[in-house]
Amino acid sequence: MKVAVIRTGVANLASVMAGLRRAGATPELTDDPAAVAAAPAAFLPGVGAFGAGMAGLRSAAIDRVLVDRIAAHRPVMAICLGLQMLARASEESAGVDGLGVFDATVTRFRGDVRIPQFGWNRVAPTADSALVQPGYAYFANAFKLDALPEGWAGAMGDHGGPFVAAVERGPVLACQFHPELSGDWGQALLRRWLEVSAC
Amino acid sequence: MLTRRIIPCLDVRDGRVVKGVRFQNLRDAGDPADQAAHYEATGADELVILDVSATAEGRANAAHTVAAVRAVLGIPLTVGGGIRAVDDAARLLEAGADKVSVNTAAVDDPSLLTRLSERFGAQCTVIAIDAARRAPGVAAWEVVTHAGTRRTGMDAIAWAREAVARGAGEILLTSWDQDGTRAGYDTELLTAVSEAVPVPVIASGGAAHAAHLVDALHAGADAVLAASIFHDGETTPSALKAVLAAAGIEVRR
Repeated sequence: MKVAVIRTGVANLASVMAGLRRAGATPELTDDPAAVAAAPAAFLPGVGAFGAGMAGLRSAAIDRVLVDRIAAHRPVMAICLGLQMLARASEESAGVDGLGVFDATVTRFRGDVRIPQFGWNRVAPTADSALVQPGYAYFANAFKLDALPEGWAGAMGDHGGPFVAAVERGPVLACQFHPELSGDWGQALLRRWLEVSAC
Repeated sequence: MLTRRIIPCLDVRDGRVVKGVRFQNLRDAGDPADQAAHYEATGADELVILDVSATAEGRANAAHTVAAVRAVLGIPLTVGGGIRAVDDAARLLEAGADKVSVNTAAVDDPSLLTRLSERFGAQCTVIAIDAARRAPGVAAWEVVTHAGTRRTGMDAIAWAREAVARGAGEILLTSWDQDGTRAGYDTELLTAVSEAVPVPVIASGGAAHAAHLVDALHAGADAVLAASIFHDGETTPSALKAVLAAAGIEVRR
């Protein structure tokens, strides 16, 4: 299946492209809103700061396209900063509006833990999660969502306290971790998302 | 809770693995992609590729090596060796590295860390520090460069702090006294550095047994890097993790 991978700024996308290819997809890099709107599935990567990521989406006029896709339950996967940009705002970039799909503010990790969170952490799906299996995922983040938005399933992790590891509803899946770097477990998740997206 | 990581290291010269694993089930023991896939399948949490090419021509192969490894590798990949400028790092990241590691070039010009971190993020920027004790039994270490041949006089702990302040998101800490000895990591050094900085510290240099890994992780390391311990097929990351788990250390299994 063709997956439109949204090119936002200087994010390194080689791992994402390779991961999607291994999962059987045909990823195509694009910053064209019409291509993102038309693609059977859209993929929002995210490395870097919240403010810069949102500025990239807005200047390419992809922000509305993504919100519309999600509202229409059309396949979208967002990872790392991509998940955070679905929120209303972030402590990382005060005063910058997120996409507002989730009525929540992204916060920084606190407490006596390594920040950023770098490495493999246990992921525990909610009972109503259809895509996420229990296992270990690879994270590289200093910010996170604190609680699952109402009406969404997903998964939680723990790093000095609970945080949101994944949010899902139908073929819309947002992961705080990097499935493309999470070994066989991550590959299996990409495949399941591609399967539900093909329906 | 974050698990502790086991990170095999591949030394690559002119696109070929040197001192690689001698496993019979590998098609080509000198092929970095075959070795990388093998390590992922046997439980590695990440992989480091160190390009030890002596020439610019050899280093030009590094991006091809990284692209070939990336195509088959589903875990994080750090690449080091010969990175002296932001453009060197950009080539390797575009080819498929997730992080780049700098050593001598950052000692020569610490602003390189800031430029890497501002362009690619701290999560991409690893500072490799080679440290040697100022004298046997003395709890003070200095930074060495050029494969240990040059003593800088710089305090290793202070350099670790400065590197993090300048944007490094992770420290790959090699004890130059222990490296190659198979006598275990320098646990005192690991404790001193991991207490001095908030970012993860990867222990390197001296591992020969699972007990050495346990000691390093108890001393404060977040991850352990090893190379020769895997080369004769005497053990695998998965086998080591069984020992770590039995010692009460959380690992991904």
